[in-house]
Amino acid sequence: MTGVMRSRSARRVTGVDRFLTLIRVVMISVIIIGFLAFVAQQIDPDNPFARWRNPGARGLTGDQFKGLLISGLSQGSMYGLIALGYSMVYGVLGFINFAHGEVFMVGAMSGFITSDKLHAAGWWESNFLLSLTVVTLIAIVTSTFTAVITERIAYRPLRNSPRLIPLITSIGVSFFIQNAVMGLLGPATKSYPKLPEWLTTVRSVDLGRVFVWIAGILVVAGLLWYWWRGGSREKDPTADAGELPVSESELPIGEKVGQVAATLGISVPALRWLVSVWIALLLLGFLVPGKVLIFAITGTKITVVTVAAVSMAGLWYLVERTKTGRAMRAVAEDKEIAALMGINVNRIIVVTFAVGGTMAGIGGILWGLLFRSVHHMTGFLPGIKAFTAAVVGGIGNMGGAMAGGLFLGSAESVAPLVLMEPLGIPGVSQLKDAVAFTVLVLVLLFRPAGLFGERLSQEDRA
Amino acid sequence: MTATLAPSGSSVALDWRRALLWGGICALSLVSVSLIGLPVGMNKRILIEPVLSLGYLFLLWIPLVFGYVATTVVVLEGVEARKSGVADLLAGLTAGLMGGIGLTLLMVGLDTVNIRKPLVNWSPQLFRLLTFERGLEFGIPVWLGICAGLGLVGAVLHQLPAVARRVMSWVLFGVMAVAILEAVIDDLAEGFHLEWLTDALYYKKGGTEGLTVTSAVVLALVLAALPVVTGGRVKAAVDHYRDAPSEDRRRTSLVLFGAIAVACVGLPMILGGIVNELLANVGLFLLLALGLNIVVGLAGLLDLGYVAFFAVGGYTTSVLTSSNSPFFAPEWHFGIALLFVVVMAAVAGLLIGAPVIRMRGDYLAIVTLGFGEIVRLLFLSDWLKPYFGGSQGITKVNPVDIGPFKVQGSDPRSVFYLVLFFCALAIYVSWRLQGSRLGRAWMATREDEQVAEAMGINTVNAKLMAFVVGATMAAFSGAVLAAKVGSVFPKSFEILVSIIILVVVIVGGMGNIAGVMVGSLVLIGILGGPRQPGLLQEFQSYKLLIYGALLVFMMLKRPEGLVPSARRSRELHQDEYLQDAWLGDEAETEGDQGAPS
Amino acid sequence: MSLLEIRGLQVTFGGLDALSSLDFHVNDGEIVSVIGPNGAGKTTFFNAISGMVPPTEGEILFDGESVLGLDPNQITEMGIARTFQNVRLFPNMTVVENLMVSQHCRTSQLFVGALFQTKAFKKEEREIRERAEEILAFFGTRLTGYRLDQPAFALSYANRRRLEIARAMATQPRLLLLDEPVAGMNPMETAELTGLIGRLRDEWGFTIVFIEHDMKVVRDVSDRVVVLDHGVPIAEGSYESVSTDPDVIEAYLGRPLESRKDRR
Ligand SMILES: Nc1ncnc2c1ncn2[C@@H]1O[C@H](COP(=O)(O)OP(=O)(O)O)[C@@H](O)[C@H]1O
Ligand SMILES: [Mg+2]
Repeated sequence: MTGVMRSRSARRVTGVDRFLTLIRVVMISVIIIGFLAFVAQQIDPDNPFARWRNPGARGLTGDQFKGLLISGLSQGSMYGLIALGYSMVYGVLGFINFAHGEVFMVGAMSGFITSDKLHAAGWWESNFLLSLTVVTLIAIVTSTFTAVITERIAYRPLRNSPRLIPLITSIGVSFFIQNAVMGLLGPATKSYPKLPEWLTTVRSVDLGRVFVWIAGILVVAGLLWYWWRGGSREKDPTADAGELPVSESELPIGEKVGQVAATLGISVPALRWLVSVWIALLLLGFLVPGKVLIFAITGTKITVVTVAAVSMAGLWYLVERTKTGRAMRAVAEDKEIAALMGINVNRIIVVTFAVGGTMAGIGGILWGLLFRSVHHMTGFLPGIKAFTAAVVGGIGNMGGAMAGGLFLGSAESVAPLVLMEPLGIPGVSQLKDAVAFTVLVLVLLFRPAGLFGERLSQEDRA
Repeated sequence: MTATLAPSGSSVALDWRRALLWGGICALSLVSVSLIGLPVGMNKRILIEPVLSLGYLFLLWIPLVFGYVATTVVVLEGVEARKSGVADLLAGLTAGLMGGIGLTLLMVGLDTVNIRKPLVNWSPQLFRLLTFERGLEFGIPVWLGICAGLGLVGAVLHQLPAVARRVMSWVLFGVMAVAILEAVIDDLAEGFHLEWLTDALYYKKGGTEGLTVTSAVVLALVLAALPVVTGGRVKAAVDHYRDAPSEDRRRTSLVLFGAIAVACVGLPMILGGIVNELLANVGLFLLLALGLNIVVGLAGLLDLGYVAFFAVGGYTTSVLTSSNSPFFAPEWHFGIALLFVVVMAAVAGLLIGAPVIRMRGDYLAIVTLGFGEIVRLLFLSDWLKPYFGGSQGITKVNPVDIGPFKVQGSDPRSVFYLVLFFCALAIYVSWRLQGSRLGRAWMATREDEQVAEAMGINTVNAKLMAFVVGATMAAFSGAVLAAKVGSVFPKSFEILVSIIILVVVIVGGMGNIAGVMVGSLVLIGILGGPRQPGLLQEFQSYKLLIYGALLVFMMLKRPEGLVPSARRSRELHQDEYLQDAWLGDEAETEGDQGAPS
Repeated sequence: MSLLEIRGLQVTFGGLDALSSLDFHVNDGEIVSVIGPNGAGKTTFFNAISGMVPPTEGEILFDGESVLGLDPNQITEMGIARTFQNVRLFPNMTVVENLMVSQHCRTSQLFVGALFQTKAFKKEEREIRERAEEILAFFGTRLTGYRLDQPAFALSYANRRRLEIARAMATQPRLLLLDEPVAGMNPMETAELTGLIGRLRDEWGFTIVFIEHDMKVVRDVSDRVVVLDHGVPIAEGSYESVSTDPDVIEAYLGRPLESRKDRR
């Protein structure tokens, strides 16, 4: 008994697919046209193509463009710091901790309170660096505490429920924290005390020279590290035996590269990546004409980018090089097996939240330095954008989170003037936030796993 | 939390650590609640004149609950329950007392230091409220006494038989409900010409002033007597209904729904403007919630940008019916505009749905959230200002003209009837779809998308249809909003709306129409919508705090909602279901859910 | 003509060839079993046929039409149904709902019917329910009666396996792919299900391909046996010829290391 068979002719491309292709094509064309219009307007604002959509085209000066890029990158590095928290929690627990933006806000808030008190006591002016350290430490502690407490109260009991349930819970947590902070501290916007002159002055920095310096430091550090590791490896042959990168590559020098990488304690791809970055830095530093790489940057922005880079490096070390980090990766891959291997899963999850909270706390202080203002909703949009950054970079992938943050920050700051204004859209700065979400949609339309690929456990990939 | 299992019978020593832990949390909660500003902010609302205001209520329930919680012992199935005794009372007392100590410290702090700079509620008002305006000497002993007493009461609740506990909570909630619902009851009484009743019940000296002490006591007695009079017949009826074969249950449900429908049509006639306004808001959000219930509850798609469809409905209606639409103002009739609302909602549903439909559930949530924001930002932008009016939006939306009636904001009753019509439609549609081929396809997709596809379901289409149906309901709600307010502007369409509707659906009971109805009645009616005040207008600034807390609480303690659908509660309590079935010797059961592979 | 015809099928997972250059065919009304050691690629083979993993190369013809590039639901609609090795029911739907929803692609009612409760809608609902009950009755009384309205997760393991088969039957296929239908069952249940597989063809007219580790079942019901190892078919034929094939014995019992290297 086989009932009526209604065999439809085979349709390989569904309507939805066609529609998606259409969306892709339209979006890409708009971007390309916008960019072409921008180029046209840069060449000559009176160019008919530029005039076509935007009769008032003026064109951007190089300095304006650099300014946009720099503010985008500094804001992006903050997104990156917050994104790390999303990414790590997603990697380990497989859910979006919607309240992570609030952890960031709590950091910025406590930073404000501390700095305000220090300001009132006169220390902020007299001893800025010490004050800033205290402020940062307190912000980190508060953020970490908030992250850990929310995990304990709201997420731990839901460890084994369907993945949307903790997400919904975290939305509730987010609203709760926002409004509790508003109740406690009032709805007014709070301003950080004035920063010292030397931090806020605009300096002109020759990035070309900076790149060369970084390249030099990399070489020296690498050599020192190689020498030190080489020594210690001889002393203890069993060290890292399990982590030897076994990549007998096709090249005859492959083995040599492998050995170098092993001695440095990194994988071969990472070594290749480092070397290419090094070469790129040198090329940029030497070949690009000096004027192009001279940027006018405020000290705050330099600080923000540097601190973000250092924190990122620290986190990388923690995750890739320490026992705790290894346990974290194991828990991310499979909680049950990790528990069987003697890892205290609860502790590792708490550590994950704590580390995410620390990064958010640092991000909060950087926000305070950069914008000097904070209120109870400060965490909401940066939080969602940071999540966007994490997705753009490939969730679970830490380098990706940082790169995604930088990408998103600069896109958000550059795109309105470069892609949208040339198309004759008025008031483009209002659409800054829309750009961030559009980037998210675009990236997921083209690469559902993010730009740099996801790192998820088997079950989360499904 | 350690649940000590002691030999049964013997009175156990006090578990100090546990009592102190809960006591500490109790103190912390009391202090935080005070500093967040709940007591002062709501002190104006009197529940029982002159002894209890809503503000004090917010402090009083805390030691009571913690006294109860501190003595709750997890009893495992099959393990003999441990006898509770004096130790438990002591634990409750300790927890309460520590709460009192917390408040004492707060009062002393308020008196000695001034840290109002960051903490806005570190104020003389709070001090006066806590000390009953009589200074520390009075405040400290009183609060210590009250908290310890309430903690003790909480602990005693455990010692009482379950029946007594139920009666007590019934009385407590009943009295509070009557006090909180004063405006509604007043209004109703007026409609039925029962003013004498409310005059006796309430203090009434201009505005809502709460019950009098005498009436509260009498009411409590009456409420306590009720269960005795009915003698468990209500519970029996409910049980009967629950156990009835599905045919009977259906009939009863229909009768119930009919009764509710009659009440919905009849009551507004005799209700006053304020309550009708409340009901109209409830209806507006019920309509939204019903739509989201289809998307989230049935199809399992967590759409956080749901507000976009609300906006699309509102703006479409405004553009087509307003005389003031900047770009295109045909000034059509609402009915004709509705046709376009449906079309635009479907288009928006497909436009937003198609890109996200293949994404993982949680990505879908965030991307839809992004879409919701994009839509609002677009309506707000200078770019589209020539079409949609930017931040001022579109004003002068014409009232809806239905023969002799006119639906407009100044006449909330008419708005309510309009909303009622749409809600009835949405309920019918949800109900019919749930039990149809499409509804089953949604359920299967929610359960296991891959398998659903392998079983011949075009999940992409099914999900898109859920999006479109949900979008249409939201758009209708937007249309009514436009007619009601007479204008639309982007501020009405913030992400907050999506979240609040989500809370309504979850608190009510995901996937259950009755649950969604209860959810919107309770939440929107009492707390209010994102921009609409509820019955307790004092909540306005704390509404979102409470929504957030409620969402977390429900997800942790009762994820199936207040009125769960049978399916959903089975799903969330599979173990218990299996256990019951096993005890009832009805189903075969097996511990292992997973097959060896 | 053969109902299912596969030529040069290859499936690759990140460098690993789960299946390579696989040729395969099933004639109408045949019962073919696929055997092979764990990880041989049998489930992947089913996944490729049912459209759940995209093949990297090759051709899959069902009834003369290519199914490559079709979505799983379209393939099911063409008449191929499958079960899963690790039972994957819709656990919170009732037994009868599981079967009703599986007739999705054979039914057509959408909004209008449901909203206005048209005659056609009611008729269709009645029909799919009756068919569901008819299919369930095939498994005796185990899945009928009050069990119809029980959620699927409340069933015993063996009943869940039966329900999986019933669900596949409900899609009204011509070709039924059963992935280890008796795995985890006790000998009595196994014997019973073995009988049912035969009846599935004789009474219901399904063509059947099934994966099985239990050699007794394989011997009792299959017309033809195909052996996979490392994604490659190494033997094919009647149970007797296959069971004595040295390659097959080697595949199951292992072979010296050097010769394995040669093959790869
Ligand atoms: N989705 C997948 N991703 C990566 N590898 C897979 C996937 N599915 C199966 N494999 C691999 O393909 C091989 C064949 O698996 P399978 O078909 O399940 O074998 P079996 O014959 O036991 O059913 C195994 O090595 C398995 O690890
Ligand atoms: Mg298998």
